[in-house]
Amino acid sequence: MTTATQVDAAVGVFTGEDVAAGRWSEAFKRLRRNPAAILGAVLVLLFVLVAVFAPLLAPHDPNDQLLLGEVRPGFIPGPREGFPLGADALGRDELSRVLYGSRQSLLVGVVSTLVGLVIGLLLGGMAGAFGGRVDNVLMRVTDLMLSVPGLLTAITISVILGQSLTSVMIAIAIVNVPIFARLLRGSMLAQRESDYVLAARSIGLRRRTIVLSHVVPNSLGPVIVQATLTLATSIIDAAALSFLGLGNPDDTRPEWGQMLSDAQNLLGTRAALAFYPCIAIVLAALGFTLLGEALREALDPKFRR
Amino acid sequence: MALLEVSDLSVTFLRRGRRDVHAVDGVSFAVDAGETLGLVGESGSGKSVTSLAVMGLLPSRGIRISGEVTFDGRSLLRLKDKDLRDLRGRDMAMVFQDPLSSLNPVVPIGTQVTEVLVRHRNMSGNDARREAARLLDLVGIPDPERRLKEYPHQLSGGMRQRALIAMAVACEPRLLIADEPTTALDVTIQAQILELLKGLVREQGTALMLITHDLGVVAGLCDQVNVMYSGRIVEQADRRTLFVLPRHPYTTGLLGSIPRLDSAEGAPLQPIPGSPTDTLPWPSACAFAPRCPRRLEVCTTVTPALEPDGPRWLRCHNPVPAEEAAAVGAEGRREVAG
Repeated sequence: MTTATQVDAAVGVFTGEDVAAGRWSEAFKRLRRNPAAILGAVLVLLFVLVAVFAPLLAPHDPNDQLLLGEVRPGFIPGPREGFPLGADALGRDELSRVLYGSRQSLLVGVVSTLVGLVIGLLLGGMAGAFGGRVDNVLMRVTDLMLSVPGLLTAITISVILGQSLTSVMIAIAIVNVPIFARLLRGSMLAQRESDYVLAARSIGLRRRTIVLSHVVPNSLGPVIVQATLTLATSIIDAAALSFLGLGNPDDTRPEWGQMLSDAQNLLGTRAALAFYPCIAIVLAALGFTLLGEALREALDPKFRR
Repeated sequence: MALLEVSDLSVTFLRRGRRDVHAVDGVSFAVDAGETLGLVGESGSGKSVTSLAVMGLLPSRGIRISGEVTFDGRSLLRLKDKDLRDLRGRDMAMVFQDPLSSLNPVVPIGTQVTEVLVRHRNMSGNDARREAARLLDLVGIPDPERRLKEYPHQLSGGMRQRALIAMAVACEPRLLIADEPTTALDVTIQAQILELLKGLVREQGTALMLITHDLGVVAGLCDQVNVMYSGRIVEQADRRTLFVLPRHPYTTGLLGSIPRLDSAEGAPLQPIPGSPTDTLPWPSACAFAPRCPRRLEVCTTVTPALEPDGPRWLRCHNPVPAEEAAAVGAEGRREVAG
């Protein structure tokens, strides 16, 4: 099979079909051949589709206490016709709540990763481009932040900011900043010593041009991989903060961490209520992790076959 | 006054807590328009550091540079960073040893070639694109329009080196430094690249500074040759003098170590014994003394000076006698020519 692909590639080059195939499109080709990447992509796609189309997919309104009449101490209605996962402690449809919960997780995951990414790239880019004192100060700050466990920092920040979804997003974003800053800076430093940067200097290019059009594009690979993996940890962190009661206090917008937290008091009554949000969190995080790891492999020249 | 004059150039790498390394030590030479100067020597002899110092590409920290580098009457070592950047790529340019790693892997060739046009020739958009295609055509890359869109890994080694040369000559620089431009290429491509460089010197009157360890390349291209060892010039002569009558034991060693096709089967190669070292067992000595077959007592006590010796400059206490030198020269010439 390898031979066949090589021949294909060679023929492609020969006939000029493959002219614009850069590193990214090659990585994408490798990605498509990796079953783990496919699985990851399917999970991520599923997660996103569910989040976007939750109102269409959910059989009931997640806040309608349809089965409240049947809830009594020591009993919560289980699966039945029209309620495949049964109800929660307040008689609301569990399936609908799990489906709607994906929206909060996706929102927190994407927003906090993106904000962390942008700020981290700015800081890391400055450290990598200027070096010297700027680099020193920025990197000591990130060292400091990385020396404290991320979740602990996130808890502290969201306690200070107060109980809300926004504070959860800000807290997780702040935790993500040093990861991206350090990664970009390190990979820029490696590029700065490279031959093509020397060659670019030898034709008199300005430092700004060298950094923006040569150093940064070559440094982004690991950052993009990390961003995918960070989506997974952000989703887990968000669930953890909600579990600890630091998320949105209002439970009309279902959130997996919060559902898990509610379910822990009912483990004796209906343990499945803890199981469903758990599975949802694990699958979402797994999807991004698989995709991220596959991307790392696809972009790493050492893995090329 | 020559276009590029280097006099008494020294580059010292300062190492914290360890002895400084004198990478280049009192090197002087000159190249004029239309001339080709060769810097020859083993790895670590200071050839590349010399060229980087001329281009102003050495890092600013941890390095001490002294001496004088004059380009077109301007002192390069005293030039501001900004002025030096304006000069680089426009008036002087460099071609590096490894064409693959010297090209940015994620940027198409076209973008990399146009960058220098944008920077120094105020071109943009389609003009730059057309000019880039013309340059690729000039250095002998077929189908330049298509190649412009390709990435470095899609080009062959020879084409990559041609693309790098295209970038270097985009502004018709007056000085071109080629640092082992053919080392990473196979022999047939080597000849083509050398032909290309030769053509530039002949047609555009470029001054070429060629750094190499390949005496065949020197024989084919250089007017003047500097043989360097351990940061110093040990023999400086025009090509004819050097190949006819190599006097320094290191030069004869280099010529003698070229494998010969007509040697008896199974005859051993004749390398120069040992390898270059920056720590000598003697406080002041000829750097080549530990490996020199003609070593005298004085070689380990007195550093020889670079002194005129007929048509050449020589740094040796006990140079190879003329008859012996002529024999090596004849042998070497034959190999180099073949």
